[in-house]
Amino acid sequence: MRRGWIQLGLIFLAPLACLSAASAQQLRAPAQVTAGKDFSVSTNGSGDGSFYLIGPAHAAKREIKLGGEVQVRGEEIEKAGRYTVIACAGSQCDSATIHVQPDAASRLSLLVHPSRVRVATPNAISAVAFVFDKYHNLVFTQQPVNFEVTSTAGSTITASRPSSDGVAWVRLTSASKEGPAKIAASVGKTTEVRIVRQVASDACNLRIKAQPNGKRIVVETDPVRDCSGNAVPDGTVVSFTQVGPNGKTTVDAPVKKGVARVELPAAGPSRITVASGVVTGNELSVGGRP
Amino acid sequence: MSRLLAIGIVVATLIFVGLAWVQSGGLERHRMSAAQTPEEAVRLMLTDVQNHNWNDAHARLANASDIEQRALVHDLAGSNGSLRTYASLESFDVWGLHKDDRTATVRAKLHYSTAVGALDDIRDMKVERSGDAWKVVWPTNTMPKLAPQVIPVNYLRWDIINRGAGDDWGVQNVDSPQVRIVSMNALERPDRIVLVGEIVNEDTVPAYVNVGATLLAPDGSDLAQETSFDKISHTLLPKQVSPYRIDFPGYKLKQIKSVRMDAKAMLVPGSADPVIEVGQQRIETDPLGKKVLRGDLVNQSGQIVNIPHVVAAYYDSNGKVIWVSDGYVDQELMPQIPVSFAVDVPDDVASKVQSYRVVVNYYNNDNTGNS
Repeated sequence: MRRGWIQLGLIFLAPLACLSAASAQQLRAPAQVTAGKDFSVSTNGSGDGSFYLIGPAHAAKREIKLGGEVQVRGEEIEKAGRYTVIACAGSQCDSATIHVQPDAASRLSLLVHPSRVRVATPNAISAVAFVFDKYHNLVFTQQPVNFEVTSTAGSTITASRPSSDGVAWVRLTSASKEGPAKIAASVGKTTEVRIVRQVASDACNLRIKAQPNGKRIVVETDPVRDCSGNAVPDGTVVSFTQVGPNGKTTVDAPVKKGVARVELPAAGPSRITVASGVVTGNELSVGGRP
Repeated sequence: MSRLLAIGIVVATLIFVGLAWVQSGGLERHRMSAAQTPEEAVRLMLTDVQNHNWNDAHARLANASDIEQRALVHDLAGSNGSLRTYASLESFDVWGLHKDDRTATVRAKLHYSTAVGALDDIRDMKVERSGDAWKVVWPTNTMPKLAPQVIPVNYLRWDIINRGAGDDWGVQNVDSPQVRIVSMNALERPDRIVLVGEIVNEDTVPAYVNVGATLLAPDGSDLAQETSFDKISHTLLPKQVSPYRIDFPGYKLKQIKSVRMDAKAMLVPGSADPVIEVGQQRIETDPLGKKVLRGDLVNQSGQIVNIPHVVAAYYDSNGKVIWVSDGYVDQELMPQIPVSFAVDVPDDVASKVQSYRVVVNYYNNDNTGNS
């Protein structure tokens, strides 16, 4: 009976003894450090022990002498986030949590969409800048991001937007003149540049003229332009259709040097129409062979 | 005794040689070497064509002296990487149309198998009696030739530099081209549902397009999914419009509630040449009594187009697309030389057709095709 009481006492006292030993093994670490910067953790106790560093993208273990400082190299904490440090002596361990903050903003990722846009389209271009430190950690603290748009003519428009949760963005209206627009975003000394091609819109006032050329008729458009006066890009397809006594003739011809040109057969009176995409142009009646 | 044995061996050898000759079709060849009927003459010549016995086929022509063997081979086996050069004559049907004592007309339907499916060629052949045998008179159309010249081509093409694998994720890529389906019409045919319509490349760069469709059941579930496959001009230059057709075999309109369309576009390098004129388009009735859209293709550029592919859209009086048909042309397009084409139009559709439009794809051996 007496022996049973002793056993019961040991069962209750053993954990208490362990707890007091563990509290002796204390770990002191900074609550917050900067990514990539060295820091140290101090330990209590004596003898040999193990030190663990567990982070979002890195985990390490090393043997340490208890009672001294444990140096953590900056390269071990390049990824921002929540880290846990643990020091163990035998089966007794103590741990602490460290928040690794991003370093100073030094990189930008700039997403500009679309890469081609029609001229004079309101709010058609979006530029989104993501602010990172040199270790590719998103910088959540507010940073001023400067956006700059430079047109082909050389005129520049600037706007500053503070980043929120690492992101700053602007919406832009495309210019009425075609050509590349240079969109830059900068934070600190870092600048990223993207190019958006502003392209002519649909053809406007599509007109053709015809001229006999032996047994053929040469049909040519006037310079093909959009409603803002921009020349449509070379390669734009213009469809010519001729309806005459021999049936219908169609030719899809690309614009080259601003005009589209085809040769159609001249056999009797015929009607020639023109279209580009969903835009139609004028209609010609030609009398056939001269 | 030895003399008897020698005679026996000689006799046995002769018997075996005779059997081998019969086995190899010699009897048939002998019987047909002097064709007794016009149909037999055509069959005999086409059998030689099928076996690529061009010497024999040429020798059997009534006007062999007027026709170069090269021209016969070009006519029946193709050249310059045309679709015919990749085809083989699988079979043929022959029947007489007209016959008198000296001449006859025989219609032959040649069935070719090609990489893009079966191809039929219908020819009316003149046959004439030469002595006691019939022989085919091959048309003496000489191959048109273009005079040596320089055709200036303002070569316009688009090349693409895409984002590199090592670039940061924020580095801008070039956007896919903007394309738009401008019309869609669901038709019920006796054995299928057919979706027809047109798609336009609204962008300023070439687009490789494909149109897909999903039939939705009344409960909203997907019934079937298909794409336009080759019934579309896949490569569209800026502002170019292509018809498309999607077939759903075995479905009826009453089975579906709606259709979900999906136009996919990809940025591809492209070329604005060659320009192909589609002339003399008209709807006619072919010798078999079927409605066809016929026309001529004229390659206005200086390079040879190996395999042209014609896609035609047909419109009703309201301008709505009511049918799309396509066909491969088995001849190459030499510069400036017209080549005829014909694509089928269902009879019930032909009666409603108010106008039509033809676009031409092409496939080239050097992978510079437009599709």
